[in-house]
Amino acid sequence: MSDFCMPALGADMEAGTLVEWLKRPGDTVRRGDIIAVVDTEKGAIEVEVFEDGVVDAILVKPGDKVPVGTVLARIRAADEAAAPAVPAAPTAPEIPPRAAPAAAHAAPAPRPAAPGERRRAASPAARRRAVELGVELATVKPTGPGGAITLGDVERAAAAVPAATDRLPAMRRAIAAAMSRSKREIPHAYVTTSIDMTRALGWLRAENERREVADRLLPAVLLLKAVGAALHEVPELNGFWEDDRLKQAPGIHIGVAIFLRDGGLVSPAIHDVDRKDLATVMRELGDLVARARAGSLRSSELADATITVTNLGDQGVESTLGIIYPPQVALVGFGRISERPWVADGRVEARPVLVATLSFDHRAVDGHRAGRFLAAVDRHLRAPERL
Amino acid sequence: MTEQDLTTVVRQALARVAPETAATDIDPAVPIREQCDLDSMDFLNFVIALHKATGVNVPETDYPQIASLDAAVAYLRARV
Repeated sequence: MSDFCMPALGADMEAGTLVEWLKRPGDTVRRGDIIAVVDTEKGAIEVEVFEDGVVDAILVKPGDKVPVGTVLARIRAADEAAAPAVPAAPTAPEIPPRAAPAAAHAAPAPRPAAPGERRRAASPAARRRAVELGVELATVKPTGPGGAITLGDVERAAAAVPAATDRLPAMRRAIAAAMSRSKREIPHAYVTTSIDMTRALGWLRAENERREVADRLLPAVLLLKAVGAALHEVPELNGFWEDDRLKQAPGIHIGVAIFLRDGGLVSPAIHDVDRKDLATVMRELGDLVARARAGSLRSSELADATITVTNLGDQGVESTLGIIYPPQVALVGFGRISERPWVADGRVEARPVLVATLSFDHRAVDGHRAGRFLAAVDRHLRAPERL
Repeated sequence: MTEQDLTTVVRQALARVAPETAATDIDPAVPIREQCDLDSMDFLNFVIALHKATGVNVPETDYPQIASLDAAVAYLRARV
């Protein structure tokens, strides 16, 4: 028997609200299945299970806000006997809460499905909103693709309900807490380099000319791949500072800072960037941006990043000295690619130049290794055909 | 396609990538990237949406020619 707990979806998360269970006691689950939707300051997140088994008991009911680490459900192995019935009394969290404690409650038994009843298709954002507004999804008229209920459908159905609560202040507070903690606890140091992007952009231009419009690559994908490759050479930047020591991560999962249109930002991860080709990273980046803005990210995407990349080139900034997202130990910031004077072979030429900055935790890494990392990023961007 | 059809196509493409931007708020003469706060991914999705709707393949070198709504309509009109 194992516990399925409220996950920590980033350093800034203290608690989450259980929006909906997608599985019921007795249902078989496989590793990677999305079994619940949780609402956080950063939106509704689909939470995956990390083992195969059977849902034995559900301990927290939809609508309850519980601290990170609270046991939400118990999962038993497929060949394990079911546990005795869950007591009706509140169940204390097994992991001490990090925020104001809120006891988990034994959830009422799910209503048995009526014959022929199917779970209504709805976006996570719509489900979260339905819970917030007290709207029964079964009463909502869907207008989304494939008959799915959209956020707008829920809000129309709840027209008589007062206006939406504003999520932005909560997200701002969460970001403020994480950034303050970072600046308070992490001794930041920075190294910067200017990279000649002539070869990278030339290669990209030729590559995109032969690709279909929908398959074009963005320069950001080259940057992500170059960071992934450079981390193989300086792996101590890929990991976490925990228990007063550096713990290197086995996989390279790059968190990508994505601004949200109604304010705030999230940094979901693209997993195993170093092992994927450019087209795959491009496809996953596009998918991540779309889902981040639609409010349908998954728990592993928010919890797994081992380093963060922020690219403010689109905003026209020259360079970015970012704040490390704890417990990570590094953040790579990119500015815009712009034509600047560049000296080559004794001559001054106009070349596309990118300023890359590494913010690093000086407890975990020294300046020498940080410099090696940026040199490696530079070198990889000068050989884009190998990325 | 008429100019009005193409204007509708461009507005619909914009609505897909920046759904929070009310179509009536868009100044057709002002660059849409700054007007609608589009990043590179958004703009590529805008180009993809135009391609799907009209069949016109806008090469990257021509992106400056579709910078505003008016410019995009003129660009498409010369090619459909």
